Amino acid sequence: MKRYRADLHIHSCLSPCASLDMSPRAVVERSVERGIDVIALCDHNSAENVGAAVRAGRRSGLRVLPGLEINSEEEVHTLAIFDTEEQALAMQEILYAALKGSNRPDVFGDQVVANEMDEVEGFCDRLLIGAVGIGLHQVVREIRRLGGVSIASHVDRPSYSILGQLGFIPEDLLLDAVEVSSRGSVESVRRAVPEDREPALGLVTSSDAHELDDIGSATTWLFVESLEVEELGLAFRGDLGRRVEIPARTG
Amino acid sequence: MKVQEIIQRFGLKPVAGESGLDREVRGGYCGDLLSDVMANAGDGALWLTIQSHKNIVGVCVLRELAAVVLVNGREPDDDTRAKADEEGIPILTTERSAFETAGLLHEAGVGRAGE
Repeated sequence: MKRYRADLHIHSCLSPCASLDMSPRAVVERSVERGIDVIALCDHNSAENVGAAVRAGRRSGLRVLPGLEINSEEEVHTLAIFDTEEQALAMQEILYAALKGSNRPDVFGDQVVANEMDEVEGFCDRLLIGAVGIGLHQVVREIRRLGGVSIASHVDRPSYSILGQLGFIPEDLLLDAVEVSSRGSVESVRRAVPEDREPALGLVTSSDAHELDDIGSATTWLFVESLEVEELGLAFRGDLGRRVEIPARTG
Repeated sequence: MKVQEIIQRFGLKPVAGESGLDREVRGGYCGDLLSDVMANAGDGALWLTIQSHKNIVGVCVLRELAAVVLVNGREPDDDTRAKADEEGIPILTTERSAFETAGLLHEAGVGRAGE
């Protein structure tokens, strides 16, 4: 089994709340500098910068998984992670059809679409900070249908998290893993996640980087044969020798 | 009625955005889902919520709400305070629940025609 250092939750300059320095190329370069093997680029409700990040990653030897951070009707954030840009864009199409409103850059921030050469291609004018009109169960079903894995974002935080908004993790929700935020307590999340759940939910941590300096502030070890989403799914369930491990936290 | 007067009459505590205390309150709304508040709160509403993250300030600017009341003793995050100060959107806190606070405001006629 191979071991990879993963940061599966990084935003780019497409997310209104993220720094404009977070171009897909800059995100990739900083990830490589930090010794990370694989990242997932997960902007709010959008995958418009995913292709650029994947291509920048190919040039730098970094595996970039196409992802999105979906804000469901309950205002719960869920990461959707896929193998291909096409799958991520198919998810985006579903979300865009259910996302109302236009962004106000002066209020929420710019939403920059950039290419892998660090050039601005344009601006997304949808209200990416908003919630899509699709419930959490349906969101997670669509992610699975398209071949992706679902990770409940920053479950230890009060805002936009499944535990903050719903207070519990429904038994019939087809999640693959839950994420502890970079400053959260892994132990308290472990206690909040049902132990007897079948299949088991993986426990990961990631940076949720909105600034370049945040990248790699929390990472998870993946013990897998390759960096396909199917392998990630096995690792989250602890199946066939695959597993995930959160390194001990310092400070 | 101005935000300042509401603070005095109902014992609310201003914690950020004090430059907006002369904003006019023309109604009220209770809600913890931002999408619902964006869709249904009226202009000039006093918004009662438990959400303390900085997007609540964005919603106020977008919907031209008068101010936010954080109920149940909730405190705003640091970046929420900064954004509220920048935008001049008052954030008030109370130990009371949304139900109790809305009841008091409603009984006193806040948001009714002519008030």
